[in-house]
Amino acid sequence: MTSADRNVKLTVNGKEYESSVEVRKTLADFLRDELDLTGTHLGCEHGVCGACTILFNGDAVRSCLMLAVQADGADLTTVEGLAQGDDLNALQLAFQENHALQCGFCTPGMLMTAFAFLQDTPDPTEEQVKEGISGNICRCTGYAPIIQAILQTSKGPALVLPTKDEG
Amino acid sequence: MKPAKFEYFAPTSLAEALELLEEHGDDAKVLAGGQSLMPMLNMRLALPEVVVDINRIPGLDYISPTPDGGLAIGALTRQRSVERSDAVLERIPVLAAAMPSIGHFQIRNRGTVGGSISHADPAAELPAICFALDGELVLSSASNQRVLKAENFFMSPLTTAIEPGELLTEIRLPDRSQGWRWGFQEVCRRQGDFAMVGAVSLLQMDGGGVCRSACITMFGVAGAPVRIRRAEEALAGERIDDNLLGDVSKIVSEELDPDSDIHASAAYRKEVGGVIARRTLEAAINSGKGGDGA
Repeated sequence: MTSADRNVKLTVNGKEYESSVEVRKTLADFLRDELDLTGTHLGCEHGVCGACTILFNGDAVRSCLMLAVQADGADLTTVEGLAQGDDLNALQLAFQENHALQCGFCTPGMLMTAFAFLQDTPDPTEEQVKEGISGNICRCTGYAPIIQAILQTSKGPALVLPTKDEG
Repeated sequence: MKPAKFEYFAPTSLAEALELLEEHGDDAKVLAGGQSLMPMLNMRLALPEVVVDINRIPGLDYISPTPDGGLAIGALTRQRSVERSDAVLERIPVLAAAMPSIGHFQIRNRGTVGGSISHADPAAELPAICFALDGELVLSSASNQRVLKAENFFMSPLTTAIEPGELLTEIRLPDRSQGWRWGFQEVCRRQGDFAMVGAVSLLQMDGGGVCRSACITMFGVAGAPVRIRRAEEALAGERIDDNLLGDVSKIVSEELDPDSDIHASAAYRKEVGGVIARRTLEAAINSGKGGDGA
């Protein structure tokens, strides 16, 4: 009970992982260091910047504000889980088309936030999009192209995660 | 920016959690939604020897009606569930109105009602609403359970009446729908930030437009939420018009004694406090449906 390591079993992007993890390790560090899923970025590490946003059992959360051990039994989606094989999804393509990224640091968190936001709010107004991404900081774009990309995506078919076999 | 070492427990029953808290007392920190504790662990502002993670305890996540028409909210209820609850909207609409102002939706997906109230940030919305509504807090320990009024619970910044070995398990809030009018507003630099100044107003009016009683709570202006009694007394028994609102706004400004910090000066908080208190009262009077938190 008192050992500093725990065994965790979890699903990330449809793939099952089992690993031993130090209890003080954050979920974000675990994804990056142990599972080599370095798409999830770490900015502030205290819940302000949104770069580390992932889906935890379908809900967008800050992965820097959870311990890896808390993800035992959970189903996670990271930015690596959005594309279908080599084909970017509609949201990612819209980011590309609208120049919604420059340095790309905030992009994984923006994409995961936008994905979750569009699941909840499939036909948003511009104001709703602004509020939806208010928890994610971007220092390059000035946000306008990001808002454009999300609005454009909302006009198209609903986003779905890739199926396990093909993803 | 990484947590220091700690011993980790994830009890699967309330009894087990309370035993752990009794055993470890002051050395233990409770991990609920983690939206306050995790930043403090990451920055090593908190260095607990023991972390008791209560997320695997069933039965602490609920929103249930109470016999008096109010709601009992389990401490582990996610803020997002409160935001989406029809029962909250019907019975305590001022709480529903305040929810979107708490952090961002990703924060509310994890953040819990009990966690925010136990953390007791003086600029946080849930402690302010709990205080404004004369809510009750159920504190459980291995040997005892006690119920505290909110006015006896919030002591000073980040400090509550929770004793080592105790866990906040339930929050009870009264019905504030029929017969009550309300307004909620806060001022912050960006959507989702903690309030520089916030106001919650509740009014009971009689049929003839006379105010029977008023409750004006300000937050982000002192170590804990504060009622502005002198302003409430000025409203009680009166027909509320522009002149009276002007007087009340002035009283609120006078009564506030905030600190200056990097976010706002004391003078700014006093001035804006009077202004938004008035706006929440206007919202309460005009529509009975309150402000929008903008």
